[in-house]
Amino acid sequence: MNKGFYAQLRDFSNAKFWRDLHIDFFLIASLMLLTGGGLIILYSASGQDAAMVERQAVRLSLGFASCLFLAQVPPKFLRRLSPLLYLGVFSLLVMVLFFGVGAKGAQRWLEIPGVGRFQPSELMKVVMPMAVAWYFSNRHLPPKFKHISVVLIMVMVPVLVIAKQPDLGTSLLVGVSGIFALFLAGLGWRYILGAALSAPAAGFLLWQVMHTYQKQRVLTFLNPESDPLGSGWNIIQSKTAIGSGGIEGKGFLSGTQAQLEFLPESHTDFIIAVLAEEFGMFGCLLLLTGYLLIIARGLYIAAFAEDNYARLLAGSLTLTFFVYIFVNIGMVSGILPVVGVPLPLVSYGGTSIITIMATFGILMSIHTHKRARK
Amino acid sequence: MDAGQKYFRNYKLEQSLTQRRIVFAAIFVLILIAVLIGRLFYLQVIEFERYQTKADQNRLKLVTEPPSRGLIYDRHGLVLADNRPIHSLTIVPERVDDMADLRGELADVIDISDEEWDDFNQRRKAYRRPYQSITLKSHLSDKAWAKLSVDLYKWEGVQVEAQLTRYYPYGEAFAHAIGYVGRINTKDLEKLDKQRYQGSLFLGKSGIEKFYEEELHGYPGFSKVEVSARGRIMSEVERQNPVPGKAIQLHLDARLQQYAYDLLGDYTGTVIAMDPKTGGILAFVSKPGFDANLFVRGISVKDYSALRDSPKLPLFNRALRGGYPPASTIKPFMALAGLENKLSSWTERYYASGSYQINPDGRRYRDWKKGGHGWINLEHSIIESVDTYYYQLAHKMGITPIHDFLAEFGFGEKNILDLYGENGGLLPSNQWKKAKYGEPWYPGDSVNVGIGQGFMVATPLQIATATTALANRGQWLAPRMGKTVSGELIDWPENRVISKKIDLRRESDWQRMVNAMKKVITDDQGTARRLQGTSYDIAGKTGTGQVFSLQDDEEYEADKLAKKLHDHALFIGFAPSKKPDIAVFAIFENGGTSSKPADLSKKLFDAYILGKYPRKYNHLKVSADE
Repeated sequence: MNKGFYAQLRDFSNAKFWRDLHIDFFLIASLMLLTGGGLIILYSASGQDAAMVERQAVRLSLGFASCLFLAQVPPKFLRRLSPLLYLGVFSLLVMVLFFGVGAKGAQRWLEIPGVGRFQPSELMKVVMPMAVAWYFSNRHLPPKFKHISVVLIMVMVPVLVIAKQPDLGTSLLVGVSGIFALFLAGLGWRYILGAALSAPAAGFLLWQVMHTYQKQRVLTFLNPESDPLGSGWNIIQSKTAIGSGGIEGKGFLSGTQAQLEFLPESHTDFIIAVLAEEFGMFGCLLLLTGYLLIIARGLYIAAFAEDNYARLLAGSLTLTFFVYIFVNIGMVSGILPVVGVPLPLVSYGGTSIITIMATFGILMSIHTHKRARK
Repeated sequence: MDAGQKYFRNYKLEQSLTQRRIVFAAIFVLILIAVLIGRLFYLQVIEFERYQTKADQNRLKLVTEPPSRGLIYDRHGLVLADNRPIHSLTIVPERVDDMADLRGELADVIDISDEEWDDFNQRRKAYRRPYQSITLKSHLSDKAWAKLSVDLYKWEGVQVEAQLTRYYPYGEAFAHAIGYVGRINTKDLEKLDKQRYQGSLFLGKSGIEKFYEEELHGYPGFSKVEVSARGRIMSEVERQNPVPGKAIQLHLDARLQQYAYDLLGDYTGTVIAMDPKTGGILAFVSKPGFDANLFVRGISVKDYSALRDSPKLPLFNRALRGGYPPASTIKPFMALAGLENKLSSWTERYYASGSYQINPDGRRYRDWKKGGHGWINLEHSIIESVDTYYYQLAHKMGITPIHDFLAEFGFGEKNILDLYGENGGLLPSNQWKKAKYGEPWYPGDSVNVGIGQGFMVATPLQIATATTALANRGQWLAPRMGKTVSGELIDWPENRVISKKIDLRRESDWQRMVNAMKKVITDDQGTARRLQGTSYDIAGKTGTGQVFSLQDDEEYEADKLAKKLHDHALFIGFAPSKKPDIAVFAIFENGGTSSKPADLSKKLFDAYILGKYPRKYNHLKVSADE
């Protein structure tokens, strides 16, 4: 009766009704804290646009709904559906190439008359690890060369199709989600080492045959600050925002970079700069802690999942989620080139919230549909 | 259960394989998170100050408020150079997406010349603070302003700003006296204190406006404002008000100035009136003048070439830069030089025939009066302006004593204390001629100088200054335009001669010369006897300057000569002669006879001493309590 708070919480989170509802309390609580905090930052980043926060809240609710819905779907069922989903989403991607609509020179969306537009490449982020996990679910692990080759083709073809839209950020994430599944399946270290060693060599060879203007484009991509008024502007302003936040930050709604509009895309891809400016390093560490809790839980679920399919899927979904975070923060803080990757669950934006929440639904499903241990 | 299961699978092994991989991945995740934290630490802790400064530089902008220019007043407090609001079309280039588009759209609403765009583009590229507006077109007409105001909301970064700009209310009679301000151009920018002229559009380009630029300009104010990335001002953080320029009061009498200008009629010429008590310039007229406001507005090429190419040279400041033979107005000074050098006396008599010859068979220097004046003395040589008397006197003296004595009065030198660009004239000397022509000075050269002709060139300012010294009986005062700056008497620089006493061997010679000059009017033979009948005494001297030399046997026949070859008509005078209030120099270019400048001078005396102005000048009068 005199249990401490932590013990009470653990009991609560392990309570049977969560399992019956197919909800992972730990995960859903972390997600709610994170998204709640995200809404607060968005309020500041949007220039105190309550309507925008409201729309985001609606989207998050839809995300939670899709999460809870997917949590009810048994993994077995998902596994059977995986190849179909993969082929279906891939055909949608091909359709985008021909019938897609878009903005700013990129063709990413499919228009469904009367419903709206959606982005099939987003779905691929979830479907890709499902497909790879499915492929390995009835094969021996670690994978053989033949199977590795098949998986690489499975991964690379949609990646190239997405890259052609062009949507570098998404194609990268789709690629890594497949590769992560391959890695977790036990891809031999010699392959990994080989790839790691041959990448610079391939890059060097490619560099030799490139035209000067192509080299220039690669260079500005790698070092945007060489073009301070063009592509460098964003990164210079975001670094200034982050740096000037210091340890404690300038205070909520008091970030000059964000509030005075020096920071572009402050409510979407660059939203962490707003957090860093207004809440300082303290706020950033809090956010990273939140993400880390989610990732830790995801990896835990993966490690103790029931079968190969569930393990590979849960693991690669969690790791892909981390890649989102790393690429976004790395890009905004200027250690990675600028590719359009939003900060998951915090950046303002449509499809990605739903798909990410859906992945957590899958994780919950994996965790809560286990047969009782013998 | 699963279809296609061919081999026995070690599920346990496969699970631990994946679990090991998950541990690897977790370690990898932790390493990368550490990288991110390290990066944040670097930016937010180590480089914090640098980025804090950068963020402040982003958000804080200094906005300059140019000072209002000091006003210029006449001696009675009438505003001669005023500030008026004008409307200008300005652009903040940083806020304009596509300048070419904007140019096209603006062209539909108002006329903006290519010159204005070129000027704008130049300023845009020059050193400037970002987000400062640049003037594209100033002096918008009311109509253009109204039209623009309707459409203004359409263009980001385009504004109509009201600015105080110079306005000269009294037109062309004053342009040469006051000067004008003009747009600061790229060349000016190289020389100017950029801080102090931040935001200012105009700079004194000539006259008083130029000389007193330092005082008139004032100091700009600053306001430190927080701006958004798009240049919108969010709030004021700090502010320092501009210090307006100082007011300059001139000695100039606006009524006298305008009156003198009008009295020149259709002639080109110059009138300078000085206050002998102070050396202050009461009137500084060069006719024709021009509307100085044209230069403030930015004069069009057409207007400018019209002014530049006009044969009457309206842009030429004759009072300051004109060079004329002083002609017979030099005679009082020449006579004093003779007295000083003991080569003439008041009592000695001289027979003035119709001409003078250095050698019996040499050139005949003619007197203006055919047949001569007969027996005369020094006083009569002034009254009747006897040329031959001065031929022989100058011949006897030679150039060196003449040069040295006339130099005392400021001939051959720049005299005015507060205007740039004065012409020094030419007071010839032996050395000068040798240097210039490689020839010695000939006695004949002296003869010509004796009547203020030949090599001698004097400026109106020099003659007026010398006349003032005469009026003051030797008390020489440097001519000056400015009286006070911000109500305080001007402190003249010590390296300039402000006043001095010209000493004569016999001080009474000053008074005797003044008496002789009085008789130029009162004597029945006096060359200015037409000025008789004033309630005060006038002392004066006429002069007729040859524009070209007559040959020995030629006669000067005005009707047969083109007007531009007519003699210049000159007059110097002061009144009341006992204690003069005003000294005047007037020249009518190609005016023929000296009656014109003499009449003009008398009218100025009447006006200045007795207040007899025609009624139409009432608008230039400031009542005492103002």
